[in-house]
Amino acid sequence: MSPLVFTVVVFASSLVAGVFGSLLGLGGGIIVVPVLTLALGIDIRYAIGASIVSVIATSSGAAAAYVREHLANLRVAMFLELATTTGAISGAFLAGLVDPRWLFIAFGLLLGYSAFAMLRRPHEDTQSVPADSLADRLRLHGAYFDPVTGIEHSYRVGRVKLGLVLMYLAGAVSGLLGIGSGAFKVPAMDLAMGLPIKVSTATSNFMIGVTAASSAGVYFSRGDIDPFVAGPVAAGILLGAFAGSRLLNRLPANRLRMAFVVVLLAIAIEMLYHGVVGHG
Amino acid sequence: MDETKAPAAADDELSRAEIWIATTLRAGVLISLALVVMGTLVTFSHHPQYIASRRDLARLTTPGAAFPRTLSEVAAGAAAFRGQAIIVAGLLILIATPVVRVAISVLVFLEQRDYTFALITATVLTILIISFALGRAGGS
Repeated sequence: MSPLVFTVVVFASSLVAGVFGSLLGLGGGIIVVPVLTLALGIDIRYAIGASIVSVIATSSGAAAAYVREHLANLRVAMFLELATTTGAISGAFLAGLVDPRWLFIAFGLLLGYSAFAMLRRPHEDTQSVPADSLADRLRLHGAYFDPVTGIEHSYRVGRVKLGLVLMYLAGAVSGLLGIGSGAFKVPAMDLAMGLPIKVSTATSNFMIGVTAASSAGVYFSRGDIDPFVAGPVAAGILLGAFAGSRLLNRLPANRLRMAFVVVLLAIAIEMLYHGVVGHG
Repeated sequence: MDETKAPAAADDELSRAEIWIATTLRAGVLISLALVVMGTLVTFSHHPQYIASRRDLARLTTPGAAFPRTLSEVAAGAAAFRGQAIIVAGLLILIATPVVRVAISVLVFLEQRDYTFALITATVLTILIISFALGRAGGS
């Protein structure tokens, strides 16, 4: 393969990863890493360096549109970032003290459970969210316009403290295992805090860039960010995320939920496999 | 009196915060994309053999590949108009974008006199700086 063909292949697959990553709030690493390592034979170090870049690119590329359309709830995102960033630091400290195999198994099971729980919330009744005085005081509630139904959906945010605890865990897991914390953020906002699915994925998408940026500096100074790999990844993901962020508002909420559940199950199975078989 | 006025004023100002944050993100992303694309074009024009030859790929993408790894190497390389350094400069701007977004949020909330959220975002910024410092100390 010539370097030009390589660049084009990486760019094209990152374009696809950017569309899906921005819609699901997961980053783009779950597509980028396997393409680089399994299909193109790139060293895992450079693949992970590129994956960190891809998470920031998905987040920042889509966020401007999500902020303007009120799909990302800024106040919820910034409040929860307190927990995810603290969690990420704790996770980095705990790494090496805990056997990652048990963590992969425990969190794989948790994600699998979350996927089924999310399936059981097909009709979003935003009225049944319990009142939460902290959410009132911080003015976390929000509204967004849905062009599919032509309705302005206003929603209330509940169980903020539980949300904070789950976000701390999400941050710690991503610090410990180095996997995308979006997979934990979306279920936490959906199941615990009662946000609409589009708001959950857009807000998760908004938040993941900050967590990834805090560790990207380390990968850069370690020399893991190879411009020849990460460059076409960044360009492809950014353009894909621009496109994805324009699709989200037009996508029916149920279809988004189903797509998310399928991907979540796949991640859960992969984590369980990692935990049982161990690192290759 | 203040209680009846506060929510409406806060809503207006929140949209100003949203505009600031969206603009920051868009600017960071566009500058980064422009540099990455430009660096890629420069690389291929400096090394036309990359277009057809199959010999160079392994050297460029296996551990030990030569590319800038420190800020001064990036600055020197970009000044010399080297493609790889221009790409890394674009990637570094991309990495900095979310952190700058948090810093801008602190200022916007301060200006709105939303001190709770100014404190929340300032704390997030502090944690980010701490984790960056810890990472540098432990990572290399």
